[in-house]
Amino acid sequence: MLEISKLVKRYGNDEPVLQDLDLVVEGSSVVSIVGASGAGKSTMLRCINRLVEPTSGSIRLNGNELVKLRGAALRRARRKIGMVFQGFNLIDRLTVMENVLAGRLGYVSLYQAISRRYPREDIERAFTLMERVGIAHYANKRADELSGGERQRVGVVRALMQEPEILLADEPTASLDPRTSEQIMMLLQSLASELSLPVLINIHNVAQAKAYTERIVGLRHGKMIFDGAPSDFNKDALDAIYGGIEAPEEELAAEPDKAEPRVPHDET
Amino acid sequence: MTRPDVSGTTPGPRTWRKPSFIANPVLRYGLWLVVLVYLIWAFGSLPFNWERIAEGLPRAARIFGSGFPPSFERGGLLLTGFKESFQIAILATLLGVALSIPFAVMAARNIAPLPIYLFGRAVIIVSRSFHPVIVAILFVAAVGFGPLAGVLTLTLYSIGFVGKLLAEEIEEIDWGQVEAMKATGAGYFSILVYAVFPQILPRQVGLSMYQLDSNLRASAVVGIVGAGGIGGTLMNAFGRYDYDFAFAILLIIIAVILVSEGISGWVRKKIW
Repeated sequence: MLEISKLVKRYGNDEPVLQDLDLVVEGSSVVSIVGASGAGKSTMLRCINRLVEPTSGSIRLNGNELVKLRGAALRRARRKIGMVFQGFNLIDRLTVMENVLAGRLGYVSLYQAISRRYPREDIERAFTLMERVGIAHYANKRADELSGGERQRVGVVRALMQEPEILLADEPTASLDPRTSEQIMMLLQSLASELSLPVLINIHNVAQAKAYTERIVGLRHGKMIFDGAPSDFNKDALDAIYGGIEAPEEELAAEPDKAEPRVPHDET
Repeated sequence: MTRPDVSGTTPGPRTWRKPSFIANPVLRYGLWLVVLVYLIWAFGSLPFNWERIAEGLPRAARIFGSGFPPSFERGGLLLTGFKESFQIAILATLLGVALSIPFAVMAARNIAPLPIYLFGRAVIIVSRSFHPVIVAILFVAAVGFGPLAGVLTLTLYSIGFVGKLLAEEIEEIDWGQVEAMKATGAGYFSILVYAVFPQILPRQVGLSMYQLDSNLRASAVVGIVGAGGIGGTLMNAFGRYDYDFAFAILLIIIAVILVSEGISGWVRKKIW
């Protein structure tokens, strides 16, 4: 169970990216987080595994407070949080198998990592998972030789190798073509139920969010403004999240006095 | 500032000239003036002794004359000298490249904490601030004449050069791979081995080849100040007025450099 409460993230002295965010994810549900660029989706996800340091607030995974952890304790906590990235973030020059085994780096010793002598169970698990997503025959291929969809499968398997208690996916389909991205969403959905794993997915594509997830959370300017089932996510919710996002319109509306057109180069 | 007339009242063909590199005319012509004044002052005040130069020209001609034809009679000496130079260069490259990796990691701002970064940069800056010849003079004074001084000199030289370029390469890696490894809970050194080293590997091999090439060249120079290798043989030949032998050495040096440059260029092109 993931419990986020009063999470604030502020870069420097700017407006906070996340403002008093509360979110509870129970059981093995698939939750999608939608919102315009800059709404704080990615920041929220990265606060959970502390790739981004939260300014204040609390994040608890299965009762374990994550915000205060440091050093080895933080690394042990990260092992239990799998992450899938928009740009896949595979080690291009290493083989698919090495990339997959890299998911075990939090568990093995440095010597095992360098010499690639991973425990037999790890290798067995790697093959099983790769077979499950259909990339086992690529084990010895270099990661950069694969297509986008295949690369994201490697990313998913790497995250699952961690034996995670939760899976975070930061726009996992944004770099993929529509068909492949449907496949990846389907894969995430079915893996979540097979492994009874809660999954948080940042996503731009509202149609996919509605089709493949059980719960939609809408963020805008770092605040949660929608939380409900896909069937409740209607036009109003969409407008509230994405509507009027163009900054110039807002400025015109807010300051009508300054709205008269000026030719910029007259000022010189 | 007046604005150009865009209403189109001025007839005739429009003209265009490339804007000057330095927009301010005072600065532009001022710089030319400064260069001119400097040249006049430099030629006027540096002690060029034209008589001495005129005397020296025939002497130079004599040296060149007696250098031809180059003599390869003392081939044994030539061979020993080059063998030592090769040994120095290869050993120094291996040592220098191996040591440059930890220093490059220390000197990369994105993966090293500030105090370690400053230390790493300091080591690289110090080892780059002196020409190998000066370093060789110091090492010859410290450890005596011979190849050890040469190896130490070129090792330091390699650490500086390879370390600096490698550190810059590390600072430009794709950070996403590092994030991915962090997210698995990997420790610092595992992240280095998995997310950083594979990304800089091709550059590292390329730099090592280039450095071998460069060390071969430099090993001839540092030999002149007593750090072993073919440079010492060359210096002795000049000292004994064996200009024909000296020219033979120079020719071989050119040949060796050409060959090694060709090989390293080919290897660097092959690996990517």
